[in-house]
Amino acid sequence: MGHRATLRTMIAGLALLAATPGWGHAVSLDDAAGRYAIDRSSRIGFSVGQVGGGGISGKFTKFSGTFNLDQHDIGKSVVEFSLFPETVATGEPRVESFLRSRAIFDIKDFPQIVFRSTKISQTGENTAEIEGKLTARGTTRTERFQAELTKWNAHAISFHIKGNIYRAPYNMAVGIPIYSNVVQFDMTVNGVRR
Amino acid sequence: MWRNDRSSFGWIAIILHWTIALLIGGLVILGYVMTRPDIDPELQFELYQWHKSFGMLALALTVVRIAWWWLEVPPAHPATLSRYEARAATATHALLRMLTLAVPLAGWAIASTSTLAIPTFFFDLVVIPHLPFEKSEAAEAFWTMAHSWLAYGLAGIVLLHAAAALVHHFLYRDEVLRRMLGILPRRPASNTDTSASGSEKWDIGQR
Repeated sequence: MGHRATLRTMIAGLALLAATPGWGHAVSLDDAAGRYAIDRSSRIGFSVGQVGGGGISGKFTKFSGTFNLDQHDIGKSVVEFSLFPETVATGEPRVESFLRSRAIFDIKDFPQIVFRSTKISQTGENTAEIEGKLTARGTTRTERFQAELTKWNAHAISFHIKGNIYRAPYNMAVGIPIYSNVVQFDMTVNGVRR
Repeated sequence: MWRNDRSSFGWIAIILHWTIALLIGGLVILGYVMTRPDIDPELQFELYQWHKSFGMLALALTVVRIAWWWLEVPPAHPATLSRYEARAATATHALLRMLTLAVPLAGWAIASTSTLAIPTFFFDLVVIPHLPFEKSEAAEAFWTMAHSWLAYGLAGIVLLHAAAALVHHFLYRDEVLRRMLGILPRRPASNTDTSASGSEKWDIGQR
């Protein structure tokens, strides 16, 4: 771990580099160790394919969360994330009210969808896999997301996070097979250092 | 047997008639139930998809039926009908053919113009493409209104048609309803039937 300690001493220098355009992409995930709050500027996008092409895509506009990037071991990092399905936005009000209804999110009984990581493993220079417990509509399951570090400076960090979630196990199976069972999440998560 | 002849319907016409009749009845009831404002949203979604699949089936069978009516010579009106009744029947049947075509087409137009853009996945087997109409709330509202008025109009004509058939059956005691049920009068024993017991008045499906 000696080289990591050395890297930590370089964080200040890297932060300077990051502040300038054209910073090197070779910033390892644990260079950016620290505690972050997930910022409102993040984008929690999703899409569900439909038979014959196209589908429904949208985003959730209200969410909150924190993550902690461990200085010594990325695997000890933790992500906690909640989103409020009431804020689903698809551009079609009827689709939105359907998604909020008992048919899908049932926001009256289950106002939040929560993810809590249980295992984070680095998979590449700027990439990691996040495994954790996703709780939606009263069901908790282990899910995996792929994260890629896209931006980093002394105050903020950004990840592009993708993951495919089967919705049927969460009692949200309506519309299958017209609409895919798979919900594709495509998220830009901006963390601001706390 | 399968084809019409001068005085009776063949089984193809009979099966098409009753299958479409059943579909119309079911679709009108389904259409009413699924549009109740307090319906469970998941059930509503599923009922709409069933309605679309059965509606497409009704449309396909109607096209076959109209082609069959056009290709085949329909049996003549029974001699018991007055000229006025025969004209009324002809007009009603023409209206029924038009509406059984127009109602599902208008339904297809709803699915095609709806901004919900939900695919029509015929019995979860094959995607039926949308009609090449522009999607807009106004177009969807128009076709929704057209579809429901035409459908309730069709239901009214069907009731009239059924009432007329019952009047023929129970009051006039002619073969109008029987021939669409495939029940035919037994031909006089002296002509064709040597084994007739004479006690049965009607025979099913024999001619």
